[in-house]
Amino acid sequence: MENVQSNSFATTEIKELKSKSLWRHAFETLLRDKTAVVSLFTVGVYALIALLTAFGFLAADWAAEVGPSYQSPSTEFLFGTDIFGRSVVAKTLKGTQVAMSIGLSTAVLSAVIGVFLGSIAGYYGGKIDEIIVWFYNTFSSIPSIMLLVAITFILGKGLVAVYLALGLTSWVGLCRLIRGEVIRHKDREYVHAASAIGGGDFRKLFKHILPNVLHIVIINFSLQFQVAIKAEVILSYLGLGVQGQPSWGTMIDDAKLELARGVWWQLGAATFAMFGVVLTLNLLGDALRDALDPKLKGK
Amino acid sequence: MNLWVYTFRRLLYVIPVLLGVCLIIYLLFNVVAGDPTHILLGKHATAKQMAELRHELGLDRHWFMQYLDLVKSAFTFDFGRSWSTKQLISSMISEGAIPSLTLTVPGFFISTICAVSLSLLVSFYRGGLFDKFTILICISLMSIPSLAYILFGQYFFAYKLGMFEISGYDFGFPHFIPYIQLPVLIWITLTIGPDLRFYRTVVLDEVYQDYVRTARAKGLGEKLILFKHVLKNAMIPIVTYVVIQIPFLILGALLIESFFGIPGLGGITLNAINSSDFPVIRAMTILSAVAYIIFGVITDILYTVVDPRVRLN
Repeated sequence: MENVQSNSFATTEIKELKSKSLWRHAFETLLRDKTAVVSLFTVGVYALIALLTAFGFLAADWAAEVGPSYQSPSTEFLFGTDIFGRSVVAKTLKGTQVAMSIGLSTAVLSAVIGVFLGSIAGYYGGKIDEIIVWFYNTFSSIPSIMLLVAITFILGKGLVAVYLALGLTSWVGLCRLIRGEVIRHKDREYVHAASAIGGGDFRKLFKHILPNVLHIVIINFSLQFQVAIKAEVILSYLGLGVQGQPSWGTMIDDAKLELARGVWWQLGAATFAMFGVVLTLNLLGDALRDALDPKLKGK
Repeated sequence: MNLWVYTFRRLLYVIPVLLGVCLIIYLLFNVVAGDPTHILLGKHATAKQMAELRHELGLDRHWFMQYLDLVKSAFTFDFGRSWSTKQLISSMISEGAIPSLTLTVPGFFISTICAVSLSLLVSFYRGGLFDKFTILICISLMSIPSLAYILFGQYFFAYKLGMFEISGYDFGFPHFIPYIQLPVLIWITLTIGPDLRFYRTVVLDEVYQDYVRTARAKGLGEKLILFKHVLKNAMIPIVTYVVIQIPFLILGALLIESFFGIPGLGGITLNAINSSDFPVIRAMTILSAVAYIIFGVITDILYTVVDPRVRLN
């Protein structure tokens, strides 16, 4: 999915610009980086699995009983069966959908809140800045686990509650960074030039300043994505996770009763699947930082 | 600006944040979470019983008085009694702090020392195979959820191989040592990845500074530069990072403590969440917020003391 985005991005840039822009330079750096290419590809595969399971082309029969209860891994059942005799492979595939949707929604929500609050705080300064800084200082003083519990308590259990709880608690870091960068940028000459030709606040902020801090948002997006996937495990352990469909979190949580009976394959399969995508997103985040952060250019 | 004036102003800023924290906690527990009498009395309570309990808990008073009580408890640490065990929460906290600290302090100590020395070593070979390999291991360790480590460690090392105690705790030195070995190992596994990554960035930020080039130009060896010059300058972010983690040590580790039966603050919090024990959850939230705010102030002040370049404005 992100593969496609960055590709289309590059082609439009070739048409528009002859000289090497920062973005084109970044994109070329990214393509030269083998780890980044492999990571992008892997994330693409996970996204594809998530889409295929969401539309019922893959693992649609995850709920079907395919064999006896707690069958250990064999050639017939690659990762064994769970307590109800359901295939662990199918459940893991179906869990990809939940994990990717949680990652995406959390990353989007935290980016939207963080960029909005951070940029208006940094740009306008004064009272607005003070209020927003007070708000995020207050908010970040409360342990996020308590906020997570409280939010899921309000919204009830379920996937939407998980989306909102993780998204609403993960914007502070980005907000701080964006505020700092906007403060650094707002008195630069190009912003003064923009106001000289009659650009309003909105135009200066979103058309001129924001593209210059966008790399922070992109790096943060890939990091927040994987943090959310891991956080789902904790929510499942607290009994506040996804209900009615398999998720990696609930599969790992099930293992606390299964392991005593020697049933390790649900834990193994879910951890392995999660390890793959979280590792990839971490590596991708590092590669994106190397490619996009102007401070690291030439190092 | 004078350091004392700065400290005073920084402390003044604590007040609005603390009031805000209390406001959020008040809204969460008293407005949003609904009537706790349902939880305490069950579904078949009569209206009279509920009214009596509400009076007993002070829920029928003006909202502002209830909010003030909350603010007061942030200073006096008088949080009332737990709903499920009827114990005084302040004594639960003072009893729970010790088991938590016996787990977190050794873990934190070992992890920090290993991470700082490894970060110097890795920076020495920066860009090389050793550097890349170490970073890959760090990221891999960080990519496995904490619950999986705990479940696997407890099942495989404690239960299957019998190398450690499966769960439990014993007060007093040295009785607790067998019980904390595996939890401490798991703590280190969980924290060394992010720590080492952070310290590596800190050291690498310094390695490209001009003073390093000067030191190299005057003929100093790489090792001397790294351990004498770079480490000294890197100490500022390192100390900041260490201090800001201290409040979390007191609060313990939620999952590790509850799985290994360590009667610390993390386990208490998790039990309170599971049994909807509002006063305990509220107390732990206030306690961690207060600790977080205070150590934030200490970090800021330390920063200005340690680094004369930081201008106080």
